[in-house]
Amino acid sequence: MAGMSAARPPGRTPRLVPAASQMSELPQLVVDGLVSGAVLAIAAVGVSLVYGILHLVNFAHGDYLTFGAYAGLGVTALGLSLVVATVVAIVATAMLAVGLQLVLWGPVRRRRAGLLSSFITAIGLALVLRHAIFLVVGAGSRAYPVDQFSVERLGPVRVSISQLIAISLSIVAIAVIGLLLARTSIGRSMRAFADNPELAAVAGVDVGRIVLATWLIAGALAGLAGELQGLIQGAFDPNMGWNLLLPIFAAVVLGTIGNAYGALLGGFALGLVMELSTWSVLGGGIPASYKYVVAFLALIVMLLVRPQGLLGRRARAL
Amino acid sequence: MLDPGFWTFVGLTAGIYAIFALGLQVQYGLAGLLNFGHVASMAIAAYTMAILVVRFGLSEWLAAAFGIGAAVAAGLLVGLTSLRLRADYFAIVTICFSEIVRYVLLNRQDLTGGPEGTIGLLGRGQAAAYNTDWEGLVGRVREMVSSGTGVEVSRDVLMLFLIWLVAAALLLVVRRVSVMPWGRVLRAIREDEEAASSVGKDVFARKLQALALGAAIAGGAGVLYALQFSFFTPDDFEPLVTFFAWVVLILGGAARVSGVPLGALMFGLLFAGTRFFDFWPLSLLDSADRAYLRLIIIGLLLIGLMYYRPQGLLGRRQEMLLE
Repeated sequence: MAGMSAARPPGRTPRLVPAASQMSELPQLVVDGLVSGAVLAIAAVGVSLVYGILHLVNFAHGDYLTFGAYAGLGVTALGLSLVVATVVAIVATAMLAVGLQLVLWGPVRRRRAGLLSSFITAIGLALVLRHAIFLVVGAGSRAYPVDQFSVERLGPVRVSISQLIAISLSIVAIAVIGLLLARTSIGRSMRAFADNPELAAVAGVDVGRIVLATWLIAGALAGLAGELQGLIQGAFDPNMGWNLLLPIFAAVVLGTIGNAYGALLGGFALGLVMELSTWSVLGGGIPASYKYVVAFLALIVMLLVRPQGLLGRRARAL
Repeated sequence: MLDPGFWTFVGLTAGIYAIFALGLQVQYGLAGLLNFGHVASMAIAAYTMAILVVRFGLSEWLAAAFGIGAAVAAGLLVGLTSLRLRADYFAIVTICFSEIVRYVLLNRQDLTGGPEGTIGLLGRGQAAAYNTDWEGLVGRVREMVSSGTGVEVSRDVLMLFLIWLVAAALLLVVRRVSVMPWGRVLRAIREDEEAASSVGKDVFARKLQALALGAAIAGGAGVLYALQFSFFTPDDFEPLVTFFAWVVLILGGAARVSGVPLGALMFGLLFAGTRFFDFWPLSLLDSADRAYLRLIIIGLLLIGLMYYRPQGLLGRRQEMLLE
């Protein structure tokens, strides 16, 4: 027992921070939470759309993010700008997602594979993608050519260039995806199909077109999220997306499985919870290495109290 | 390919996975529970045993029993709070729980040795061991065998024999249990929960018991894993290990107890056997690249197997199709 009490985990010791500076930590944590939440949110929308429309739990989705991050990185390595890199990351990952629908998920679906065999197929795909990326780029960490130390001061808050890029691109992506789902005919058919596939099919919705559109959107968002995660994380390796997979799933469930708007909300909520848990006012703050523990605990508590998710109706959860 | 050491390794991997997946078989095959955090039971048992031996000086046998007990207690905790949730939400709670366990093991370096694993249980500069008595016993058994029969068996072959003996015994227990009234009620619950509860069966209690039994078996797999490899780290218990147990279960045919050892053997071949891929032209790649290629091949084989034989080796195809 002596060993246990002698070495307390570093963050647990109460810090002697004056109240004023404790309060000034808060805006910084909120900004950091919004930035990491934004990336989780746009990745989670894709997972949620795929689940809602194809009833597929895509365990390879994290690796779609990694693919996007490295596609963008490859472009910057050619000396092209980050703008071109972002476009390439989005387009290439969308193509990957559509391509995999054509060669893998389409045929699997035609064989009427059940939930569990699709689940194993997705694990297989995740292994293939992640290690193919390892094989091509190697195990070392890489970073985008962005000055990680250049920081803008906005009032009490310091924001890095990467964070600024991430938050502004996320806002654009969320606006575009919101308009697409709410206003366009393909977006409306997608939501109709997710709600009630039989009714939508009877009403003349083209299922094949919806499935491709779903992958196109999910892939594009994954490519963007991958690049942004690579940016805000600084250095990243081919495990990046796989490590982010469970937090993304947590965001999807937090916001009600299959509900795209809920996934957005879930992503931001999770990002904020993770960052705010380190606030020193909360008993010295929880060490940052525990932030995924906090996220998963938040999800478990949420499921126990409100199993239908943030935006779900109780009847649907039964 | 003919190296006996290699085949022993395949057999050891398969044997431990067979026991581990048998726990999942009780939970899913009998009770229909989607446990995606099964690896937590293994991690808790292995770490409890190692910590009790190294830090608290408990005997290895007692520590192993406490390890399995701790795995059961954790299973009961998860079950009592979350079993009433819908099946897919229960799956998410369990996977989150197993990740929480792994992160705590990684971060409480003072208690667990942290990312360096159990060798750091006594802090830096001292190598901690939790299986001295066990290795002594194994050594004595080897001497007995060689003086009795004149045959020299290696330590790993002896462990292989022991692990598969445990697997076979547990398999018989689970088969027995599944045809007893207790198991029949569980399968009735799996087929139609409302019907079972309408004839007065306590659905919640039965599911909880199945969860606990599965956790105990997985805890046993954790203890054997710890004894076999003499050293482990939190990353040995990542979610992929749970997924692999599902692969074993589904390769064997999910609803069949006797499919588990077959699925485990197949997975052992797939997982360990692909380490053998070092012939030309693969020999042109360096060892890291070969390791990546090996996992790509495992992934492709999983995809192919699920495509051509989604019901596994012994399963019925109807089980794996959409309703």
